[in-house]
Amino acid sequence: MAQTTTAQRSGKPGLRARLGRLHQESPLASHLLVALGGLVAVVLALEMTDEFVNSQLATMAYFGIAAGGLTVLTGLNGQLSLGHGALMAVGAYATALLLEDQQLPVLAIMLLATLLTAVVGVVVGVPAARLHGPYIAGATLALAVAVPGIALFFSDSLGGEQGLPVSVPDVPGWFSDVVFFLSANETSTSKYVAYLGWGSVLLTFLLLANLARSRVGRTWRAVRDDEVAAELAGIRLGRTRVLAFVVSAACAGLAGAVLAMVVRIAAPSGFTLTLSLGLLTGVVLGGLGTLSGALIGAALLTFLPPLFTDIGLGAGLSDLQAAELAPLVYGLTLVFVILLAPAGIVGTLRERWRRRRDRGADDGAPEHSPPAASSSAARPHNHPGGNSD
Amino acid sequence: MTRGIPRRVAVAVSVLTVGALVASCGAGGRPEGEGESSASDVGVTENSVKVGAHFPLTGVAAPGYSEIPTGARAYFDFVNANGGVDGRRIRYIVKDDAYNPTNTSQVTNELVLQDEIFAMVGGLGTPTHSAVVDFLNQEEVPDLFVSSGSLQWGDDPEAKPYTFGWQPDYELEGKVIGQWVAQNMPDARVGLFLQDDDFGEDGEKGVRRYIDDQIVAVERYTSGNTDVAPQVAGLAAANVDIVLGFTTPSYTALSQLVALKLNFKPQWFYSNVGSDPALVGSLLAQFSEGAVRDGGSLLDGVLTTEYLAGVDAPDDPWVQLWQRVWDQHGGEGQLTNYRIYGMAQAYTFVQALQAAGPNPTRDGIVNALEQIGSELEGPPLAAYRYSENSHMGVEGLQVSRLEGGAAEPLTPVLVSDIGDAPIEEDDSGAQDTPPESGIPEVEPVG
Repeated sequence: MAQTTTAQRSGKPGLRARLGRLHQESPLASHLLVALGGLVAVVLALEMTDEFVNSQLATMAYFGIAAGGLTVLTGLNGQLSLGHGALMAVGAYATALLLEDQQLPVLAIMLLATLLTAVVGVVVGVPAARLHGPYIAGATLALAVAVPGIALFFSDSLGGEQGLPVSVPDVPGWFSDVVFFLSANETSTSKYVAYLGWGSVLLTFLLLANLARSRVGRTWRAVRDDEVAAELAGIRLGRTRVLAFVVSAACAGLAGAVLAMVVRIAAPSGFTLTLSLGLLTGVVLGGLGTLSGALIGAALLTFLPPLFTDIGLGAGLSDLQAAELAPLVYGLTLVFVILLAPAGIVGTLRERWRRRRDRGADDGAPEHSPPAASSSAARPHNHPGGNSD
Repeated sequence: MTRGIPRRVAVAVSVLTVGALVASCGAGGRPEGEGESSASDVGVTENSVKVGAHFPLTGVAAPGYSEIPTGARAYFDFVNANGGVDGRRIRYIVKDDAYNPTNTSQVTNELVLQDEIFAMVGGLGTPTHSAVVDFLNQEEVPDLFVSSGSLQWGDDPEAKPYTFGWQPDYELEGKVIGQWVAQNMPDARVGLFLQDDDFGEDGEKGVRRYIDDQIVAVERYTSGNTDVAPQVAGLAAANVDIVLGFTTPSYTALSQLVALKLNFKPQWFYSNVGSDPALVGSLLAQFSEGAVRDGGSLLDGVLTTEYLAGVDAPDDPWVQLWQRVWDQHGGEGQLTNYRIYGMAQAYTFVQALQAAGPNPTRDGIVNALEQIGSELEGPPLAAYRYSENSHMGVEGLQVSRLEGGAAEPLTPVLVSDIGDAPIEEDDSGAQDTPPESGIPEVEPVG
C-alpha cells in the first residue's frame, strides 16, 4: 500500500510538486488557474445542457455566491448570520429598481447592488461587532424578519406584497455572437443570466479565496480562534469583525442581484427566514469555511428538492405527498450529515484524504513529500473547516 | 531529451493548436437566414395533451388552495376515462410553489422547459403568478384561467396575449357589493377591511364607485401578520354598521375571532375569496384552539357573493356532476368548494381545447377563446368576457347570505365589467346545465 503510494508519487513528481510550490509561493496565480479551469467548465456545462438545466444552474449560481459569503463569515470569522436572506433582498430590490430605468449596463447595476448591500452591511455589522455568538444570530434574525416588512411599508415604490417585476436585460449582440462562434448555440435570456451568475461566482470566489489566504484572512481566523490572543497580537477586534461582515454582505448583495434576474421578480415572500436558514444549512452540509463546500451546498439546495419530488411522483405518490417529500429528505440529509460527518461533506472528505496521505508519508519516504504536504501535516487538525483553499 | 524542441516553438505550437481547436469546434459565425421552427404544438402528441400548474401545496397558503388541483385532476381523469379530447388524454402536472414567487419561477421553468407543457392551466396567486406571467408570454405558452381575480390577467391582451383570467375580477365584485349596500343600506356607516395588495385595492376601487361617501373607515392588513386586533378595533371605534372585507379565509377567521373578543357586532360582508364557510369554520376552530367549536355557524347572517354553485347546493345539476366526478375519480376526502373550483376550471379548459380543433396549437387555443369564449356555456353563473379586447373571466356574481353553512341568494346574477360599465341583471348564465355525459361538446372554431 505504502509502496504504491510512493511509487505513484515518484512517478510524476514534477507537476505535482510544481503545483504545490505555486500554491505556496503565489496563491493568486494558483487561484487564477483554478478560476480559469472553472470558466472552461462553466462554458462547457452551460453549452452542453438545455435551457432548463441552464436555469437551474443560474439558481445554483446565486445560492453559491451567497453561501460563499456566508461560509467565509461563519467559518473563518465565527460570526453566525441569520440575516443573509434579507441582505439578498437588498441586492435584489436594488437590481429591480435600477433595471426598471434601463439606464445603466447590467454589470454596473450588479456592482451598484453589491455596493449598496455592502453599505447596509456596515450599518448592520457595526452594532453586530459588539455582540457574541448567539446574540449576533439574534440581531441578524431581526434583520431577516424586518427587511421584508420595509417592502410592505413603502409599497408605492417597492411594490408591496406583490413585489417588483424585474425586466431581464436583453442579451447583447456581441455576447451571443461570441457564444455562437464557440458552440453554435443560440443564447437565450436564461442562458445569458446563467453566464452572468457564474461569472459572478468565479469572480467572487477568486476574491474570497485570495482574501482568505491574505493577512486579512489570517486576522479573521485569529479573531475566531482566540479573541484575547488576537487582541494581544495587535488585531483590532471590532474592525476585523465589521470587515468580515461587510465582505459577506457584499456577496449576499451580488447574489440578490443575480436572484432578481433569475426569478424575474423581487417580492417579500421570496426573502423569508426560510431563505436565510436554507443558506446556512447548505453551508453546513457542504462544509463550513470551505468555498468548495459552499458550491456543494448550493448544488444540494438547487437540485435535491426537484429530484426527490420527481422520484416521489414516479413512485406513485400524490402531488401533495411528493411536494412534502423534498423538505423531508432535505431535513433527513441534514440530520445524517451532522451525525455522521459533522465537518460537512468537503470537511470530512478532506480530513479523510489528509489522514490517508499522512499515513503514506509516515510509512514511506518522508524526504519525498512535497512542501505543501509537510506543512499541512504539521498543522493542527482541530479545525477541520478552518482553511478555505 | 526535451531540449530537442526549443521552448518558444513549443509555446507557439500549442497556442496555434488551441486557436485552431477553438475556431473549429464551433460554428465560426452565423449561417445566413434561419428557418422558423414552429413550436406551436409543444406538449401535444397523437394521444396526449400535457398541461401544468403551480399551486401552494405546502406552507401557509396551502389550506383550501391545495385542494383545487385535486379537483381539476379528478375532472381530467373523468374526461380521460371517457375517451379524452379528440382521442387525447390530458396529462396534468402540478408543482408546489409554497406561495413563494422564487419557487414559482423555478417550477414554471421546470414545467415549460423540461416537462414541455402545452399550456399553463389555473396557476394560483397574484404575487406568485406575477413572477412568471412575462416568461409565459415571452415563450408563447397559453396561460389560461389564472386562479386569482387580479385585473392584470385580462385587462390588457396586447401586453399579455397568452394570459386569460377566469374568476370574476375583484373590481367587478367590489362594484356589485357597493351597489348592493347603496340600495339596501343607504344610511349605513361602512368600514372596509382590506388585504394590502391588488385584491384589496381593486375591490376598494369597485366599492367606491357606489358608496364613496358612506365609507367612514378603511383598515388594511398585510398577509403574513396574524395580529389584526388594531384594525378590527379601529373599525369598532369608527362605529361602523357594516364591514366589507376583501380578505383571504385565514383573515376572515382572524377578524371574526377578534370581533368576538371585542364584542363588536356589525353586519359582515366578505368577498367570495374569503367566505367559504367550511374552511373558515375549521380555521376558526384551529385559531381559537377549540374555543370556537361550531365555527361555520358563527358566519350565520354574513353576506358574501357567489359565481359558482357550491357544495351547499346539492340539487344544482353542476354540483351533481361534480359529485359524480369526485365519487368516481377523486382521492381521499369530501367534495369541497375548492375542488369544485378546480373542476370548473378544468371543464373550461376542455371546452377551450375542443374549440381549438382536432390539431390544437398554442396560438389556436388562444384564438379560439377570443372567438367563442364569451359564448361558452359553463358552470359559472355568468358568461366569460373573452374577446380580442379583453381576457377577463366571469362577468357576474350574485349577493348571498350565509345561513347554516349554506348560501341563500339575495339578488339575481348581476353582470358588469371593469371601469364604469353599468351593472345589469342577467340570469341567463345561471340557466346553463351540464351535458348528460358530463363532458362539454364544443364545435371547433373556423
